[in-house]
Amino acid sequence: MKARLKRTGGDTLEFKDVGHRGEPLLVVDDLHTSFRTGRGTVRAVDGVSLTVDEGKTLGVVGESGSGKTVLSRSIMGLLPPRDVIKSGTVRFAGHDLTAMDPVQLRQVWGAELSMIFQDPMTALNPVKRIGVQITESLRLHLGMDRSEATATAIELLRSVGIPSPEQRIRWYPFQLSGGMRQRVMIAIALACSPRLVMADEPTTGLDVTVQAQILDLLAELQRERHMAVILVTHDLGVVATRADDIVVMYAGRIVEQAPTKTLFKETRMPYTQALMDSIPRLSDPSGIRLHAIAGRPPDLIHPPKGCRFAPRCPYAQDKCHQSEPPLRTAGSPDHLFACWFPLVNGVSTAPGMSSGSSVFGVSGGSGTPGESADASTASDQVPPAPWSLADTPIDPDAGLEPS
Amino acid sequence: MAKYLLRRLIQLVVVAFIISVLVFLLVHLLPGDPAAQILGANDTAHNRAVLNKQLGLNLPLWHQYIFWLKGVLHGNLGQSYLNHTPVTQVISTGWPIDLELIIISQVIAFAVAIPLALITSRRPNRPVDNISTTATFGMLALPPFVIAPIMVAVFAVGLHWFPATGYIPFTQNPATNLHDMILPSLAITAGSIAVYYRLFRSDLISTLQEDFVTMARSKGLSPRWIMWRHAFRPSSFSLLAAAGVNIGALIAGTFIVEFLFAIPGLGYSLVQAVNQRDYLVVQGITLVVAVAYVVIQFLIDFLFTVVDPRVTRE
Amino acid sequence: MPDDRELSDTRSGGRLLGDQVPGLAAVDELVVSRQSETLDSDDVLARKPFGFLFWFACGWVGLVVLAAVLANVLPLPNPNFQNYNALNAPPNMHHLLGTDDLGRDLLSRLIFGARVSLVVGFVSVAFGMLIGGTLGLISGYKGGRLDVALNAGSFVLLAFPAIVAVIAIVAFWGQSLFKITVILGVAVVPLLFRVVRASSLSFANRDFVIAARTMGATSARIVFREILPNVVPVAITFGLITVAGVIVIEGTLAFLGLSVALPTPSWGNLIAEGTSNGALSTNVYIMLWPVISMFLLLLSINLIGDRLRQRFDIREGLL
Ligand SMILES: Nc1ncnc2c1ncn2[C@@H]1O[C@H](COP(=O)(O)OP(=O)(O)O)[C@@H](O)[C@H]1O
Ligand code: SF4
Ligand SMILES: [Mg+2]
Repeated sequence: MKARLKRTGGDTLEFKDVGHRGEPLLVVDDLHTSFRTGRGTVRAVDGVSLTVDEGKTLGVVGESGSGKTVLSRSIMGLLPPRDVIKSGTVRFAGHDLTAMDPVQLRQVWGAELSMIFQDPMTALNPVKRIGVQITESLRLHLGMDRSEATATAIELLRSVGIPSPEQRIRWYPFQLSGGMRQRVMIAIALACSPRLVMADEPTTGLDVTVQAQILDLLAELQRERHMAVILVTHDLGVVATRADDIVVMYAGRIVEQAPTKTLFKETRMPYTQALMDSIPRLSDPSGIRLHAIAGRPPDLIHPPKGCRFAPRCPYAQDKCHQSEPPLRTAGSPDHLFACWFPLVNGVSTAPGMSSGSSVFGVSGGSGTPGESADASTASDQVPPAPWSLADTPIDPDAGLEPS
Repeated sequence: MAKYLLRRLIQLVVVAFIISVLVFLLVHLLPGDPAAQILGANDTAHNRAVLNKQLGLNLPLWHQYIFWLKGVLHGNLGQSYLNHTPVTQVISTGWPIDLELIIISQVIAFAVAIPLALITSRRPNRPVDNISTTATFGMLALPPFVIAPIMVAVFAVGLHWFPATGYIPFTQNPATNLHDMILPSLAITAGSIAVYYRLFRSDLISTLQEDFVTMARSKGLSPRWIMWRHAFRPSSFSLLAAAGVNIGALIAGTFIVEFLFAIPGLGYSLVQAVNQRDYLVVQGITLVVAVAYVVIQFLIDFLFTVVDPRVTRE
Repeated sequence: MPDDRELSDTRSGGRLLGDQVPGLAAVDELVVSRQSETLDSDDVLARKPFGFLFWFACGWVGLVVLAAVLANVLPLPNPNFQNYNALNAPPNMHHLLGTDDLGRDLLSRLIFGARVSLVVGFVSVAFGMLIGGTLGLISGYKGGRLDVALNAGSFVLLAFPAIVAVIAIVAFWGQSLFKITVILGVAVVPLLFRVVRASSLSFANRDFVIAARTMGATSARIVFREILPNVVPVAITFGLITVAGVIVIEGTLAFLGLSVALPTPSWGNLIAEGTSNGALSTNVYIMLWPVISMFLLLLSINLIGDRLRQRFDIREGLL
């Protein structure tokens, strides 16, 4: 019954430098993940395709509940098999992760592909010293002995900015502050120099200044080690300055996808626009209520028939409720969006929307969902805009973090 | 750590003090003159005078207590009025037997409950799990005085595998002693297995859903390593607490099996003493068992500091 | 038996402690709270049914209670009447469950014996609930010095192994149905106090209580109108589990010959009688009937308690 810290069974996988062959590091193709529940099948991820190049950062953005966590865990193959239905392929560094058996997957996890979790308080084992939690992967994947691993762990802790790591290595997670804990988690994730790190809301629980420090640290380590990062967040502001490309998710689907600059300059999806508007800005007086998007994301067991955003979209037309807009390009080939009436310069192309004002009327979460869903009259009811999109373009290079 | 243990130690002393007061007062529950009651048929004026002096019964109450406590601390719990054996001697021959019974039963209980829970918690609601969960639910309704007679009927009277009564000291013949102890130990084990299994299983299941287990998986650690090195310890806190609470049930269990199998442990002596109105023996055993129980709780608290680093450092 | 289909259910389903442990006075600390604030009727209708086993368990408890209550009017021979023509008779038309070595009717002894278990079990818990529950309700809501004192007191009392304390008191005070009931009633006070207090505490700062307070409701009104109705499900569930625990303690005492004096039958002393002095090899029925009845009674009470806890959505945990 004794557990040993050794790789067992299976041939050692070889990871080719796929970059030279023109294939991206990660290629996700038509990924579906559903959960069987008592109420029905929850389609948490519903046909997602994306790629990540070596050394690049992909931001995945969406409201809470839009399927970001399920997506990142599905890509890794971390979801427990019970009651989960999965389809699609995930190719990572030349290997099809979806075809791997558990033993092979364990050779990839932690070594080539690792994960930073949202809440370090719950994601670090409360009764194990942080040193042990780092050395575990070093000993497993790199075959280090105890003292070698400990020395490496101390260096890792130093590199993530933990003071006097020689002592801290013997500490337990509860003895560290939230920011320190997240640094430890980064150290664990990066211990074996993986090629791709999934960071699922790595800074959500932290306060703003610490958030910036942690993200900067991550960016710096990423540059040094030339690793790719998938940065998952509900806050478009977090990825605005850090991601090379951004994927916007809504109700389990990608609704807009573009290089970061393009996304901010040529926003097409009303949902993306709404997310942008919920970014807290430093120029805002403190205490101001952010523009939250009225209504709630749809039920993933019975998603709406047409565009999934239609019940909350101020520009929704009959067509939006009838049929689902495909993810398509217009203009540049690397800019994809799913909308029948995309915005152009912040103005909807929907009929009756030419007045130049935008209509994300409701803020502070006080609005009633589905009001604009009454499609037949939507075009006549244009509520006055409390703010104007066109007036507030966001410059992704302006820097959203305090300097 | 030291501060935490010191605080617990002070609590221990306070509780032990209160126990001693209550046990002391037991004698005064007796209707009428305690000395006359205690002496019963052996009552002579001389005896009564001796006892009154020994218990200090003619002193004021608090004085009596100090007097009594002094004796207790010097190892003097009085003597049996039937055969004049010192109470301390009754206790010193009895306690190793209770301890042996409890240790054997707990070793068996953990040896069954823990591996079973480790197996079933990985795949809850499979047949093995459903059978174990149902069976242990039934075992919760089998206190020692219900299951012991069944075991005697089947294994001693029916199959003749074990003797129905009798006791041979371990020092005299270890093999026979252990063989004879199997049935009594098993009779008090059923409840422990059920409690430990159910608790550990449900805690393991919730631990395995924790983020830190997913995190451990994402490091590429093997399921076995994760189970032993990541999930086991955080799941064992309630198990440890339950083991402490369970001591009370075990004491009751040893009393039952000692009575049933005529094993001369503390419970056997206690029941005999009650039936023969040998009050000082009852008082002495009560005091010793109650204090031992509190000390065990203290030891378990100490174990907590070993198992969960947060207890003393937070 | 408990069909823990959902993981969330299993989580609480496993923590059955007090029901088994005769030393239930030692349950260290129970944190009890209910997830949902109030029982609204829509919810009740939407919940899954109790299931066949639950009603079977209720049926068994009901049958035992009914038989015990009606023991005097049922057409049974006197439990102490010795029929010398039928010693150690197996079950037959005249003696449905047979007779013992003195020719006493086993069915009659079983039914009269049930009285002891049930009276001790239910009356002492009712007594304990009245005292411990009331104190817990007030202590949990009010807090302050009273709470600190009662809390510490309950800890000290729980530091005793119940069985030893009860035996000692019985030894010095005497053994009668009344005294045993009082002793066990007092013994469960600290336990029920802790359970009700923890539950009361968990409601003391809920919005609806604060709302009532700001509207000027008196403490008494808040405790009895706002908190009590929410605590009742917890109290009933734990009260029931405690009944099982008390029945086990009484059975243990009776088995050791320290409960109600012979020849009054009780299940515990019937089991002892049927097990001792070679009775097992001559007439196994003396032991068998009370053993089966006791097992089914405890099983039923545990099952009912378990289902009620699932229904009321009570989370409990040690420590
Ligand atoms: N194990 C599960 N069983 C059923 N539904 C789930 C499960 N995990 C996630 N979901 C559902 O999938 C959807 C997406 O969840 P998630 O990926 O956590 O969102 P996000 O990370 O974007 O906030 C949610 O509606 C959630 O309820
Ligand atoms: S305009 Fe229509 S298609 Fe575009 S987001 Fe709104 S509802 Fe969906
Ligand atoms: Mg998430």
